[in-house]
Amino acid sequence: MADVITYREAVAEGLAREMRRDSSVVCLGEDIGAAGGVFKTTTGLFAEFGADRVWDTPISEQAIVGVAMGAAMTGMRPVAEIMFSDFFACCWDYLANEIPKIRYMTGGQVTVPLVVRTANGGGLGFGAQHSQAVENWTLAIPGLKIAAPSTPADVTGMMAAAIRSDDPVVFFEHKGLFASKGPAAPPGHVVELGRAAVARQGYYVTLVALAATVPLALAAAARLAGEQISAEVIDLRCLVPLDMATVLASVQRTSRLLIVEENPYQGGWGGTVASIVADEGFESLDAPIRRVAAACVPLPFADALEQLVIPTVDSVTNAVRTLAAY
Amino acid sequence: MTAVDAGQAVIGADELLALYEQMAVIRRTEKAAHDLFLAGLVKGTTHLAAGHEAVAVGASAALRPDDYVFATYRGHHHAMARGATPEECLAELMSKNTGLCHAKGGSMHLTKASAGMLGSYAIVGAHLPMAAGAAWSARLRGSSQVAVAFFGDGATNIGAFHEALNLAAVWALPVLFVCENNLYMEYTPIGSVTAVANPAADRAPAYRIPAQVIDGNDVVVVKNAVAAAAERARSGDGPTVLEALTYRHFGHSRTDPATYRPAEEVEQWLRRDPLELARARLEALGVSGESVAAADQRAESAVVAAVAAAKAAPGPDPGDALTDVWADGGSAWRT
Repeated sequence: MADVITYREAVAEGLAREMRRDSSVVCLGEDIGAAGGVFKTTTGLFAEFGADRVWDTPISEQAIVGVAMGAAMTGMRPVAEIMFSDFFACCWDYLANEIPKIRYMTGGQVTVPLVVRTANGGGLGFGAQHSQAVENWTLAIPGLKIAAPSTPADVTGMMAAAIRSDDPVVFFEHKGLFASKGPAAPPGHVVELGRAAVARQGYYVTLVALAATVPLALAAAARLAGEQISAEVIDLRCLVPLDMATVLASVQRTSRLLIVEENPYQGGWGGTVASIVADEGFESLDAPIRRVAAACVPLPFADALEQLVIPTVDSVTNAVRTLAAY
Repeated sequence: MTAVDAGQAVIGADELLALYEQMAVIRRTEKAAHDLFLAGLVKGTTHLAAGHEAVAVGASAALRPDDYVFATYRGHHHAMARGATPEECLAELMSKNTGLCHAKGGSMHLTKASAGMLGSYAIVGAHLPMAAGAAWSARLRGSSQVAVAFFGDGATNIGAFHEALNLAAVWALPVLFVCENNLYMEYTPIGSVTAVANPAADRAPAYRIPAQVIDGNDVVVVKNAVAAAAERARSGDGPTVLEALTYRHFGHSRTDPATYRPAEEVEQWLRRDPLELARARLEALGVSGESVAAADQRAESAVVAAVAAAKAAPGPDPGDALTDVWADGGSAWRT
């Protein structure tokens, strides 16, 4: 395997590694077989594992996720693909009412070891129904683990952890990152869910980011370094489990917190992070907690408009300058 | 589609008497649940299955112990037919720690996974794809198990029903879709909101799935139809739809006196009570009235004892409120 691979190749690599390791891992979804997925994230799987392990489905999101749930309850480790995360709305009953609740409401009688993978987020001009960052939808439901990697190595390592997890995991792959490149995961690489990464060390302000906002925050931090503002960037990697220990420890050092999230400000995950820091890290703070999130509108089509709605390097940089001037 | 003629069905007297006794236990448990509700000992709501016993007991008699069943919020009979005890069920309804789900599920979510009863689901139609998934799993594992989804007539108009039937047909899954058509989706006659006369069976041909409308009140008919469909599934020939005609003895839920049902219709269906039909068959098989009365007496004693035990059981363990979100038994979501 190449030393450097794309984020999209890392998805297929992560799936292939687990399918080689465990025969109970099966994939299902729309166009994932011979076609290799509309985002080419399952390329090579059908050729290697065949039709008994890689199942093409109709456009039928309730069947895809419902079938995955039934299989997960009975000894398999299915990995279901929902092509665009916006389509979670088409199978929301399973993500909101069934999968996260069945273990609890049966008093622990069943487990649901499945992964629902999906392409999430904007920046590609797909318009309001194919561009949303919906990680906050899933954060509203206790009982789902939520992974959203930002680098190819994390994609592969977190995929391993997600598939091996005995709990249901929603795995957000960011559309805007598919073409990005990075070091490939070493053999056997597993990134435990719920462990944030310090993507850049700094001492003046903490930027907490997830998935595509991680490279945004890193670019902003690089720019701010030229202005003598030292920014630490934390890649949360997961929303559940949420690694607040790493965030709180960072804020204790920097005294300032900016949260960079692609989902809308209204109901976005940054509200949860902010509330915990306000509650448990208040005495560390020298400035108000700030959030850069998407505007509370549907995603517009035109690039020029979309850039006004979702976070950008400029909007993150400006927000840090404001915090620095507080 | 033709009604199955079970007139010649072969069933032994001893087996039928055992099925009768199971139905008698379920009937009395449902009546007990009703009375306990009126006495204020059951909270929330209940959707009683009195009148539907033959579907659950007949189907269960035709299945292997390792087959899977998925039921709806009207599912007490399926839990018991698969081996949950009246005490476990009533204790769950009464919020007792000894309940099937440790009082975390309630009437609408009775589950006995150890017996292959993989849950009762309160979102209409949601479990049909799950049953297809369990069938898919069985096929992938080469276990020759089948999965059965029991659902009401009302579920046939929701998307998950159609998505499940299509995928089950395309993948030739070993799954049975058993509709308990009790003529009312809740308070509204199913016929007035459905484009076809037989809400499940008439849809099946569109998915190339064989279907039968059967007498859901005749435990022998149900057993034979489910046995044939299960055999078909196990031999790799794919899903079957069975539409079992039946009737509720109570309303939709505990607040519903079911006054919308014409008295004549109710009377006609009560004459076709599954227990009455089974008694007639037992008589035809030469089983004595005394033997049937003894079965009734055993059922009565079992349920009286179950009510007493459930009443005496401890309430829920406060510690359970925050357990079993995750497979490790806990509920931690952050560090």
